[in-house]
Amino acid sequence: MKQMDDGNEAIIKIRNIRKSFGGIMAVKDLSFDLFEGEVLGVIGPNGAGKTTIANIISGFLKPDFGDVFFRGKKLTGLPPYRVAELGVTRTFQVVRPYPSLKTYKSLIVPLWSPRARRFAGSRGGDRDAVAIDLLEEVGFERDAYVPYKLASALPLGYLKRLELARCLALRPEVIICDEVLSGLSMSEIASLIPLVERLHIKRVTLLMIEHRLRELFSVADRVIVVDFGTKIAEGVPEQVMEDERVKRAYLGEEVDL
Amino acid sequence: MPAEDRRKERLDRGIKARTEGLYAISSWREITYLLAPRAALVLGLLIAPAVVPGLYWQRVLGLAGVYALLAISFDFLAERVGLVCIGGAFMIGVGGYISGVLNYYFHLPLALTIPVGTFGGALICTLLWLPCLPLRGIYFAVVTFMFPFLAGSIILAGGLFRGTEGLSPIAGFPNIWVGVYLIIVLVLFAVFALRRLCGEDIGLVFAGIKDNDQAVLASAINITRVKVYALFIATVIGCFAGTFVAHFSGFVGLSLFAIDFTIMPIAACVMGGPGTIAGPAVGAFMLSPLSELLRGFGQLRVVLYCLVLVGFILYKPEGLLNWATRRYHQFEHWVKL
Ligand SMILES: Nc1ncnc2c1ncn2[C@@H]1O[C@H](COP(=O)(O)OP(=O)(O)O)[C@@H](O)[C@H]1O
Ligand SMILES: [Mg+2]
Repeated sequence: MKQMDDGNEAIIKIRNIRKSFGGIMAVKDLSFDLFEGEVLGVIGPNGAGKTTIANIISGFLKPDFGDVFFRGKKLTGLPPYRVAELGVTRTFQVVRPYPSLKTYKSLIVPLWSPRARRFAGSRGGDRDAVAIDLLEEVGFERDAYVPYKLASALPLGYLKRLELARCLALRPEVIICDEVLSGLSMSEIASLIPLVERLHIKRVTLLMIEHRLRELFSVADRVIVVDFGTKIAEGVPEQVMEDERVKRAYLGEEVDL
Repeated sequence: MPAEDRRKERLDRGIKARTEGLYAISSWREITYLLAPRAALVLGLLIAPAVVPGLYWQRVLGLAGVYALLAISFDFLAERVGLVCIGGAFMIGVGGYISGVLNYYFHLPLALTIPVGTFGGALICTLLWLPCLPLRGIYFAVVTFMFPFLAGSIILAGGLFRGTEGLSPIAGFPNIWVGVYLIIVLVLFAVFALRRLCGEDIGLVFAGIKDNDQAVLASAINITRVKVYALFIATVIGCFAGTFVAHFSGFVGLSLFAIDFTIMPIAACVMGGPGTIAGPAVGAFMLSPLSELLRGFGQLRVVLYCLVLVGFILYKPEGLLNWATRRYHQFEHWVKL
């Protein structure tokens, strides 16, 4: 799994984006490429600006400066639903379930979107069945009653995976995962790693913002490290962790490697 | 039996099992159990116009239907879509004035003025409120609340449609029965249709917008557009009520923008059970005859609405229908110790 897709055109290009919140530079002149089919890890200490990057790519925030391109098309300025419509989806670090809906019914929302309806084939009419399949795909036990519970009754581990299922419902080309693994138990993580591998085989491009370095490094092709909103290192996982600046940025924080 | 020797026991009937799937239609008893509340609502409302004493109370019933439609419209938007729209008086005014103007100046028959007033009015309300749809929570409420005052002032200042005098006479219904039954049938239709709609896929999207609009945006759905659909449905209901008022009272004037049309449906909704759609309708049919009894006391009616509003919010926030539903599925009996 660990190889660079060298001959590939970048599916997402990020060029000189900058975002400040009342004087705090959350992202500062950041540029990087995301290649088609790769798993790119983004790591960095708390407050480094990782979530802000996800918000800018997905259209939830407009950068003060700079642009994001998807297959050569400018994403900056598009509303979030247009970005998702194009196939660039994201999960939320702070999960956003629909508390009043049953878990599987909450997937009817993305399945109702024009994008999902365009993809819906012969089973398009039975969204409930597709929703249950999606939940199974992200590791919900099929025969248990969990999918039929209200989303407000689910523990965090399930809600994180529900975030992923919402993205999968859109048949995405790119998924930006904002710390999906944090808050999961070891066994829950172990059940998600095969999903990441399956997506990789299907050439879905993944941008994984993570705190769990060990698990991230087992799936990521490439890693970039951000600190104070700028990229301080980039490369294959082993190489990145040798970097002096990275060690310094993580000093004082637990590095579980 | 002396009180010490017995205690009350409460059982919850298996609500899920009894109301869903095959079990629900497995026997006549189960079907009756499910249908009885619905049948009570339908029959109660259909019989009411025939049993109330005299024309006056039939008119009260017709007006109660107007409030019921407004309460349904408010409840649907606020509780099922998350849009708090307190512009009931504006919908009444727009629907009523369109209908009235078409009838008074152009002598169009009811068969035309009512549909045009209903759908044209809904279009106008939706377009005017469209720019405010991205506003969240209280801001949308405030903006919609301002509109009836705005419209009233413009009509007054411009002396439009004969200003304070209003337009009269406006053609009425052939007789009182047609009017009363028209609105009652439409109240019933609105209740069942909206409850159905909320269970459909688009209804789940509405619920999603209420629960977490950011997640719906991330689901590749244009939430403003979905809110427009919901707003149009709600304003169709409100504007129909407006055209009905115009023809039922034979008069169109500034009183159509009266604050009663805004406050009373909210009180009915809170009283009847927010989010149930049927509850607010029932609340309106209870509250508006009550307020009619207070007509002699003028502004005292607004006091009644406010008391009901505050009382239910403080002491029974779930409202009558949610409470009744819970009790219906519960079963209490005395057990010997
Ligand atoms: N909406 C916001 N308003 C103000 N400050 C923000 C906002 N979002 C993020 N920040 C600030 O920007 C910085 C980066 O935040 P974030 O992108 O969430 O970091 P990370 O996800 O890497 O932990 C932090 O200092 C945070 O306080
Ligand atoms: Mg973050």
